[in-house]
Amino acid sequence: MSELSKGTIIKVAGPVVVAEGMVGARMYDVVRVGGDNLIGEIVELRGDLASIQVYEDTVGVGPGEEVVNTGAPLSVELGPGLISSIYDGIQRPLDQLVAAQGDHILRGSAVPGLKRDVKWRFLPTIENGTKVSHGDIVGQVQETTLVLQKIMVPAGVSGTVEGLNEGEYTVEETIGAVVADDGSRTELKLMQKWPVRQARASRRRLAPNEILVTGQRVIDAFFPLGKGGTACVPGPFGTGKTVVQHQLAKWVDADVVIYVGCGERGNEMTDVLLEFPELVDPHSGEPLMKRVVMIANTSDMPVAAREASVYTGITMAEYFRDMGYSVALMADSTSRWAEAMREISTRLEEMPAEEGYPAYLGARIASFYERSGRVICEGSPERTGALSIIGAVSPPGGDLSDSVVQATLHVVKVFWSLVGRLAQQRHFPAIDWLTSYSFYKEYLAGSFEDKEQGAEFAAMVQEAMNLLEQEAELIEIVRLVGAESISANDRMALETAKSIREDFLHQNAFHKVDTYTPIAKQFDMMKVILHFHEQGLAAIENGAETSDIFKLAVREDIARAKYVDYADKDKIIGITGIIDEQIKALYAPVA
Amino acid sequence: MLKEYKTVSQVYGPLMLVESVEGAKYGHIVDIEIADGTIRHGQILQVEKDKVLVQVFEGTEGINVNDSTVRFLGKPMELALSPEILGRVFDGIGNPKDDGPAIIAEKKLNINGNPINPYARDFPNEFIQTGISTIDGLNPLVRGQKLPVFSGAGLPHDDIAAQLARQATVLGEGEAFAVVFAAMGITFEAAQFFIDDLTNTGAIERAVMFINLANDPAIERIATPRVALTAAEYLAFEMDMHVLVILNDMTNYCEALREISAARKEVPGRRGYPGYLYTDLATIYERAGRIKGRNGSITMVPVLTMPEDDKTHPVPDLTGYITEGQIILSRPLHRKAVSPPVDVLPSLSRLKDKGIGEGKTREDHADLYNQLYAAYARGKEAQELATILGEAALSEEDRNYMTFANKFEERYISQGYYDNRTIEQTLDLGWELLSMFENVELKRIDAELIAKYMPRFRDKK
Ligand SMILES: Nc1ncnc2c1ncn2[C@@H]1O[C@H](COP(=O)(O)OP(=O)(O)OP(=O)(O)O)[C@@H](O)[C@H]1O
Ligand SMILES: [Mg+2]
Repeated sequence: MSELSKGTIIKVAGPVVVAEGMVGARMYDVVRVGGDNLIGEIVELRGDLASIQVYEDTVGVGPGEEVVNTGAPLSVELGPGLISSIYDGIQRPLDQLVAAQGDHILRGSAVPGLKRDVKWRFLPTIENGTKVSHGDIVGQVQETTLVLQKIMVPAGVSGTVEGLNEGEYTVEETIGAVVADDGSRTELKLMQKWPVRQARASRRRLAPNEILVTGQRVIDAFFPLGKGGTACVPGPFGTGKTVVQHQLAKWVDADVVIYVGCGERGNEMTDVLLEFPELVDPHSGEPLMKRVVMIANTSDMPVAAREASVYTGITMAEYFRDMGYSVALMADSTSRWAEAMREISTRLEEMPAEEGYPAYLGARIASFYERSGRVICEGSPERTGALSIIGAVSPPGGDLSDSVVQATLHVVKVFWSLVGRLAQQRHFPAIDWLTSYSFYKEYLAGSFEDKEQGAEFAAMVQEAMNLLEQEAELIEIVRLVGAESISANDRMALETAKSIREDFLHQNAFHKVDTYTPIAKQFDMMKVILHFHEQGLAAIENGAETSDIFKLAVREDIARAKYVDYADKDKIIGITGIIDEQIKALYAPVA
Repeated sequence: MLKEYKTVSQVYGPLMLVESVEGAKYGHIVDIEIADGTIRHGQILQVEKDKVLVQVFEGTEGINVNDSTVRFLGKPMELALSPEILGRVFDGIGNPKDDGPAIIAEKKLNINGNPINPYARDFPNEFIQTGISTIDGLNPLVRGQKLPVFSGAGLPHDDIAAQLARQATVLGEGEAFAVVFAAMGITFEAAQFFIDDLTNTGAIERAVMFINLANDPAIERIATPRVALTAAEYLAFEMDMHVLVILNDMTNYCEALREISAARKEVPGRRGYPGYLYTDLATIYERAGRIKGRNGSITMVPVLTMPEDDKTHPVPDLTGYITEGQIILSRPLHRKAVSPPVDVLPSLSRLKDKGIGEGKTREDHADLYNQLYAAYARGKEAQELATILGEAALSEEDRNYMTFANKFEERYISQGYYDNRTIEQTLDLGWELLSMFENVELKRIDAELIAKYMPRFRDKK
């Protein structure tokens, strides 16, 4: 496009502007709107009339002002400098906006996503003269102590590499070139751009075959997430969606974490910004922030940029996946994204479907989650990457029949249902063990090095689940006929179920030790709880009173196991010995 | 240059359509001179070619299509600010309502404000002592937090709001403190109660009031919280004051918004409220906070009445999705004459842990509220059981907990609106009530803390 096409505004309605005379414009082209050069994106075309969603506040914009088409779709900059950054929904660096504009977000800023003045040490990993094509890794940059960024040949480029040199480069400097068979040259840079609404290609999609360990007991043991899988966390306000997302961002066993704060609170983003640099990654010992990219388009920031924020996030996530990494993306909350869609759709005067949402809501949600997956990446060396997505959903009144919840449940494979009843009892995470599910359970056993131990863990979890289900039934019976009428074995089952709930499922995100439980510790904790159950039943068989069993001092040890640092491994599994001793003492009178 | 038009073509609901207008801009304001010479104020909601849709703050009653003149002021709505606003009473769009002079603007600010850059925020972590045990002890408020009161028709939220305005202070600091009060659609009596209360305690000197009464124009309410927050931002971030903003009653605000939306024939969301209600409320509530490097802060207490005491009604629901917790009032407690009737179990301050503990309140604070909460929850269950099965059916243990719950309601929750308890008093009262339990029952409290703070041990020393 030689001449940038220009049009004239004829209508302004909130975040949507309509311009006429937009000859040659394409869907999703980025435009500059009005005298303040606001950033917008074309979301509807009728003849030469373009409807534009504007990413900045439109107060003061009116008919007659000019709209200039940049001719390029909304894109993000990908390259060194992403990690540890905090961006708004269209990749404007918020830290630099503070420097440029002050404490509040003003309009018309044009700070680029990647810093232009930073030099990165680039190390080629292939020889000049090598034939390369899309996705081939040509070299690397140690971006942070945790992330080694692989520099890849952009899509559509192939030929022979030349002039590739080790050295210090900014993201815009040429690190080498690819010469095609027809002699045309493409310069290689540390930075590439990618349109956010287009999924980045991979060679082949694979099914998840592994668990993504999170250190959250109810998740890992009962409703695990697969590497490359999808999960959703719906729940009414205050039930712990954000805490779950933060916990995952902190402790998930992934190489890179993309955290999208989509239309939620400013203070929550500040919390992450202040806390993550202080926290240490349990796997590497480095500050957690060194593997995180944050997108923060809070609820008071423009809604159109909120709509874009999840795409900005997922595109960055795909980019790191393409390097062969395991990436986890959290989006809090996808409902706010859907509402942004609804607002734009209303202003476009589209025909609404349910609850005023546009008819394409389901399709958009599905194609977002479909960008997850375990894949064989494009290019050589051959590598697999994984992108897992965890989306929070905030249904009105906590009602799960909400359109966004339903559309999400159609596509995700893990459902962590947060319920108000548990949150009010301060049982956190308030994940309802009876209604939540995971399609990745079968891979749980594989997350242990010792496969037999893995199989045992899976079996124990199944037993625990059975006890919890039994508890639900027994509680009904007790309610109807009273506690006296059930058998001693049933009383034991009730007591163990309570122990599973309080001593295993309940996990305090804000406790130094309890916040993260290695999978091996989860095994030991579960083993101890079920060992007590087994021994308890044996004791009943031998004539012991349930009330005496329930009063044993060892129960305090079981309850406190979660707070025991796993450096003291034997302290937990050692409880089985104490159980045996104390239970034996109950047999004594019989013997 | 002011442009004037006499081209009003339609008037419906609170809206007005003006035609053949040149150069109108979205979001700007207009003055409307009607036939009797009075002036009304409006804001542009949409511009399409030369047609401009205006929302009229004072309502359209009496507006005539032929005899009205619309003046386009070419700017968004602004509030005139100076330190002189302290101690003054304004109407819902910021015109003086008391007998004082007009404010000579030192600064004029757009009432819509601008979003705080999340990177510029500082985390709220300074404990505010409100003197109310259920808040200080169990749901501590911190500077920069937004913590709403969910109330219902006939419940004493006005008394609590007034008590907060009177008593809220940060421990051990002599920093400048101010109260901004925005009334939206409340009764004359409620507003007067507030003004009198502040006057009696002398607090009026450091207060700014924006009053839109129940019989004032409803659409004006859309501007009221924004005007109030603009004043608050000025006091907090330009004058370094710690500002407590009380917005009462947000349900009325939302109804005004619904009225506009209905008049525009927008696709309604739940219960007729517009689909953008969440975003709209967020642009109000998110104006609370602290900013790095600034001395002042904005702490916000929105008050709202839940229609039919229903927490899932869109107004409380969407508010809860934005604010950092909620204080819920209980009708049954109110009936039992417990005052303030705070429903402890569903109330929550999400930022509580950031503002308490050693050096802030006291080392035993967190363990103590966990234990009180657990014991009260247990006692409430026993209370309920007793109403169904009769007290005789309770176990000894249950009866004990029920006794605790009753005492807890009588002494801890109920304190009246003029008792200003220090945090030590609140904490010690908690210990005193817990002293009826054996140590082994107090599972949530560290043994060392029990030894140090439990009256039966303290007294021995
Ligand atoms: N695992 C946990 N451990 C301890 N406390 C928790 C945990 N999860 C949640 N909480 C408590 O619940 C409160 C609300 O949690 P959170 O902010 O995550 O809710 P939410 O579902 O994201 O709500 P909203 O929809 O309003 O954003 C927290 O402030 C905290 O007090
Ligand atoms: Mg949340």
